[in-house]
Amino acid sequence: MAVAELKRKKTRVEPEISEQPLLTPGQLIWRRFKRHRLGVLGSVIILLLTVLTVFADFIGPYAGDQFHQQLGYAPPTRIYFFHEGRFMGPFVYATVRSFDPETGEPSFREDTSRLYPIRFFVRGDPYKLLGLISTDIHLFGTGEPPDSGGQVFLFGADLFGRDLFSRTLLGGRVSLAIGPLSLIIILVLAILFGGLSGYYGGWVDMAIQRLIEVLQSYPALPLLLVLATILPRDISEEQRFVGIILILAVTSWTGIARVLRGQILAFREQEYALAARAMGASNGRIIFRHLLPNTMSYLIVASTLTIPGLILAEAGLSFLGLGVHEPATSWGLLLNAANNISALSKHWWLLIPGFFIIISVLAFNFMGDALRDAADPYASRGGGG
Amino acid sequence: MLSYIIRRVLLMIPTLFLVSLVSFTIIALQEHFNGDFVSQLKLNPQVSPETLERYAKNLGLDQPWYVRYGKWLYGIVGKPTVDLSFPFVHFQPMDFGYSFEKRQPVGDLIMQYLPITLLITIPTFIFVWLVALPLGIYSATRQYSLGDHSLTLFSFVGLSIPTFFSALVLLFVLTNLGYPAVGGIFSQPYIAGSPWPWHWNWNKFVDYLAHLWPAVLVIGAAGIAGLQRVMRGTLLDILGSQYVQTARAKGVAERIVIYKHAVRNAINPMISIFGQSLPAFVSGSLLAAQVLNMPNLEIFYFQSLQPPDEYVVVTVLLFFALFLLIGNLIADILLAWVDPRVRYE
Repeated sequence: MAVAELKRKKTRVEPEISEQPLLTPGQLIWRRFKRHRLGVLGSVIILLLTVLTVFADFIGPYAGDQFHQQLGYAPPTRIYFFHEGRFMGPFVYATVRSFDPETGEPSFREDTSRLYPIRFFVRGDPYKLLGLISTDIHLFGTGEPPDSGGQVFLFGADLFGRDLFSRTLLGGRVSLAIGPLSLIIILVLAILFGGLSGYYGGWVDMAIQRLIEVLQSYPALPLLLVLATILPRDISEEQRFVGIILILAVTSWTGIARVLRGQILAFREQEYALAARAMGASNGRIIFRHLLPNTMSYLIVASTLTIPGLILAEAGLSFLGLGVHEPATSWGLLLNAANNISALSKHWWLLIPGFFIIISVLAFNFMGDALRDAADPYASRGGGG
Repeated sequence: MLSYIIRRVLLMIPTLFLVSLVSFTIIALQEHFNGDFVSQLKLNPQVSPETLERYAKNLGLDQPWYVRYGKWLYGIVGKPTVDLSFPFVHFQPMDFGYSFEKRQPVGDLIMQYLPITLLITIPTFIFVWLVALPLGIYSATRQYSLGDHSLTLFSFVGLSIPTFFSALVLLFVLTNLGYPAVGGIFSQPYIAGSPWPWHWNWNKFVDYLAHLWPAVLVIGAAGIAGLQRVMRGTLLDILGSQYVQTARAKGVAERIVIYKHAVRNAINPMISIFGQSLPAFVSGSLLAAQVLNMPNLEIFYFQSLQPPDEYVVVTVLLFFALFLLIGNLIADILLAWVDPRVRYE
């Protein structure tokens, strides 16, 4: 009877266990990630910035290379709703430039006799949406010709009277794309070299470790700069973009490769790897099917935490004039225009692109931090600096 | 210990050799794609091809890059000269070549720019450690307090601001406030003298401090943010350990628990970071110095990149690598000194 009771008890307990939903590691990470408010905020910001930059030429009212001769260094345009006490909808006053008779310095004032209403889905500079569809419709703008003075520059204009808002959005394409793209190459290099080094050991390990040691003996920025000087001067914008991605990758893969090597080295001796070998699995199968999946949580976290460094590196490179070149643009290159004390002291809006760098780097850092907490089931909340 | 240090120093030699080889190869590639130092003159129609050729020959640029590399390496190791005094063969090492642009030996030029780098980096270094460690201790001992949360936010933001951007913002603010000592490391009257500190007087020192603090603040911010975070993390781990619990259980004063037991042990991982933080300052100070117009070694390096002043670039890179390797070695020695469990055989 006692045995029967135990049996009954057992059958009663069983459904309770199976009611627990079985979550894959991915689902577990996602559940923990969702609880991390700053991490979620970071991902939302990244998503938002991505949308803004992908549709940059639709959202920005002007083409990035559209000059406005009369409006060099024009300050951000103020947007009004009321004219002489009457509600008019959003509009701007004409921006008029005048020169100081003594110093010859330009200054700008608003001509309140000329109003330009801001319209939505207005026709303006032509562009290709997503690089495919030719159109000239912009989200908003005044639809006035370049020499009319009726421009809306949310972030002001640069030396040539180009709209800084449109250029900031366009620059974000380069700044944000370079991180993930060079990350792909970094991961390939790190998995290849770290995997080979850890799995085979011996002279392969020796050679690769020497290589990593040499690369890590350079401070990051000086190495980046000297590598950037290799890029031929007469290559196209696109080739230059690819070149910068490669250079960033070459200088940044060593850290991840080192950790991967250590992990592979440890996992290689574990029972499941030995069992796989005993059953006659090939080296490739053991590496890709048994060892690498175990390093996945580290790789995901390291990836997210590598991207901010890449964004900062590209910004520094372009800021020093060795990264992206005109007419292409990036946040770092836009800040290069501010690296001139006389221009900067009078035109504070030249600094605006910098805040985009900070926000995007911050967002990636938040996301990476949340992922790290989520990916490591043993992580204490306070620890792990 | 001594044999360990000697072994480490000897191991630096192959690494430095490889660094120099890689650096020279990069420069050779640059010259291949973008032209060497002389090729910039080709654009000038007044310079005849003969002059160009003579000039290139003068600089040694008519020889292939590996020959130039070999000669440069030979100059560093030392050219032997034979005479009758003991030990008959004398070496004159440390010849790092000649700057095409400045027409001076590279070694002299480095000694000229290095003091500016040290004048910026050493105060930054001290500032970062003096500020970051107490902040980290504060954060860890008051976990999840308002102060801890604000410091966490600060460190996130601090790590996300590019150095050159904070330098630009500070430059903008200081210029508009009319702060006089913006840009450069000395004011006009003090530039002429030697930058080495033993040639100074009190006024020059004050002038230096007035120029220095913006740079220290800008370069140090990211360092403080990172270091504070690490200090907090390690100290938190240690505060949760059993010997801290034991110390508290037997009634040791909280101040002694924290400073004598916990902080003392949390210092060890910080020392490893100590070595790695040097290259971070080199990178950070390049960008800040570019904005704040400080003629340090990094800026000299940057200006020598295009057109390639090859011996300058390679030698400065070699020096950077040497600093880094020495930094790591010092960190390892300090670690053995601080932590009796660490032993090198």
